[in-house]
Amino acid sequence: MSAGPTLRVIEANARAYRRTWRGSIVTTVVSPVLYLAAMGLGLGSLVSHAHAALGGVGYVSFIAPGLLAATAMQTAAGEAAWPVMAGIKWVKTYHAALATPVGVVELVTGNLAWIAVRLVITALVFGAVTVAFGAVPAAGAAAAAGPALLTGMAFAAPVTAYTAVSEQDTRLTSLFRFGIVPMFLFSGTFFPVSQLPGWLQPVAYATPLFHGVELTRAVALGLPTAWPAAAHAGYLLAFVVVGWAAAIPAMRRRLQP
Amino acid sequence: MGDVSTIRAPSRRERGHEPLVEAHSLTKRFGDFVAVDGIDFAIRRGEAFGFLGPNGAGKTSTMRMIACVSPVTEGELRVFGLDPRRDGERIRARLGVVPQDDTLDLELTVHENIYIYGRYFGLPPAVLRERAAELLDFMQLSERAHDRVEPLSGGMKRRLTIARALVNEPDLLILDEPTTGLDPQARHALWDRLYRLKQRGVTLIITTHYMDEAEQLCDRLVVMDRARIAAEGSPRELIARYSTREVVELRFPLGAQDAAIAALDGLAERAEVLPDRVLLYTEDGDATVAAVARRGVEPESTVVRRSTLEDVFLHLTGRSLIE
Ligand SMILES: Nc1ncnc2c1ncn2[C@@H]1O[C@H](COP(=O)(O)OP(=O)(O)OP(=O)(O)O)[C@@H](O)[C@H]1O
Ligand SMILES: [Mg+2]
Repeated sequence: MSAGPTLRVIEANARAYRRTWRGSIVTTVVSPVLYLAAMGLGLGSLVSHAHAALGGVGYVSFIAPGLLAATAMQTAAGEAAWPVMAGIKWVKTYHAALATPVGVVELVTGNLAWIAVRLVITALVFGAVTVAFGAVPAAGAAAAAGPALLTGMAFAAPVTAYTAVSEQDTRLTSLFRFGIVPMFLFSGTFFPVSQLPGWLQPVAYATPLFHGVELTRAVALGLPTAWPAAAHAGYLLAFVVVGWAAAIPAMRRRLQP
Repeated sequence: MGDVSTIRAPSRRERGHEPLVEAHSLTKRFGDFVAVDGIDFAIRRGEAFGFLGPNGAGKTSTMRMIACVSPVTEGELRVFGLDPRRDGERIRARLGVVPQDDTLDLELTVHENIYIYGRYFGLPPAVLRERAAELLDFMQLSERAHDRVEPLSGGMKRRLTIARALVNEPDLLILDEPTTGLDPQARHALWDRLYRLKQRGVTLIITTHYMDEAEQLCDRLVVMDRARIAAEGSPRELIARYSTREVVELRFPLGAQDAAIAALDGLAERAEVLPDRVLLYTEDGDATVAAVARRGVEPESTVVRRSTLEDVFLHLTGRSLIE
């Protein structure tokens, strides 16, 4: 892998982002405001503050870091799905990049690095909103950007590989409908996984989002985690590495048959 | 007097005979399907080299292997003396590529498309700003420099793709159907620009379905058919080898062609029957026209013309370009 071309792929993404960042920042601010207002304040007023399963924090504090991790997942999966399909098939910008010194490894790695940049921005903006809601202390919100980034990348890399092997965008819609959205709802974002029926709990524990939520919540609020923090992080990191390693040959087969 | 033995003969490279692109038994398969079937060719520095052939002949597959964006299945390929398998990045740094399908970023402006592409080559921003302006001027797109690409006409997008391909001042420019979708004026303007690039020493590889274009631009060309090379040479050589000096084109009233064909037997060296006309290949067109009349055949229209590359193409591939 060459550093120069990889950096230039990041730069090209950044340049294209200059056209759309305003809209995307608005989404980044508005969506946590809506969630925290509706779920945290609205629904949360019905939830007993002292509920043991919440680990001794109020409901809005409980869901704020969970939402941060889940938003990182959604942002990353979204960025690794439709824009990647556009680069491959609809606009063919990936073909343009590959006609230059940029190779498949640099293209995939540079795009993932760019998603990482996006995730950090999203996590910091989101964190600021949670602080404004009084849900999370400022230092916790800033530190939580780290695990949120890791959570997002655990999706960005495998979803890139998935998109590379998807002929049609209906496969992307299916991924969200049957993968991302259920995870969003059942991986500990809104309620502890321990509240799920017993048979469903192992499934929830296997999802990367569960580990992302655990880690992000622990860092943001200073709570203990189900596993040692390094184990959660390792689990997520494995998704990043395996996803990245799978995305490169998948993209090569797709773009350079 | 110096020792004669120290005056060495110029190397192949110095004489400019070192092939810039060289292929031996070059093969491309997609699964079991053979798209390029063991072809050989050598492209010299500074020449304009054409690949002609009907749809599906394997032209784009060959271009993509040369451009190092499609792995060689079998055989040997050298570009700038380097192996695409190992040195793809170094080769691509010196190539300009105009792909058959545009790959422009539609959300960006005309200028940004050139700028970002140039950045992929690692060119500094200051150089790129200058070069983008020059190239847009060269391809007559300066007025649209700050417009988004999406609403541009097809021909303008094509011109932008060509401008973009020149941003790294390539030694070798690969053009896959560069003028498809251009109006006649834009085509002639592009020929003029390609000719100027050639004078500057840029080597050109061109595929096209326009025979006049190939005749105008190409020093040498190959005709591909069904994954193989059917013929190779300069346009004039090919015409001399595969066609006669003149061609008589006969058109008949609707439905009358089949009946007339039998009567034309033996009048020309070779006849080609197309859906809408009959071509008679002959050394002397006027004599053949007179002979047609003597047989009592009355075509609706008769044209005598010189042989062109199109006739060669027809002969070699058995297919008309206008299918
Ligand atoms: N990725 C691919 N997978 C399978 N078959 C392919 C692939 N790319 C090209 N082919 C096949 O290889 C053959 C040659 O295609 P190619 O694009 O090289 O033709 P071409 O000479 O450029 O034709 P055209 O004039 O239509 O552009 C065609 O039959 C095509 O269907
Ligand atoms: Mg083609």
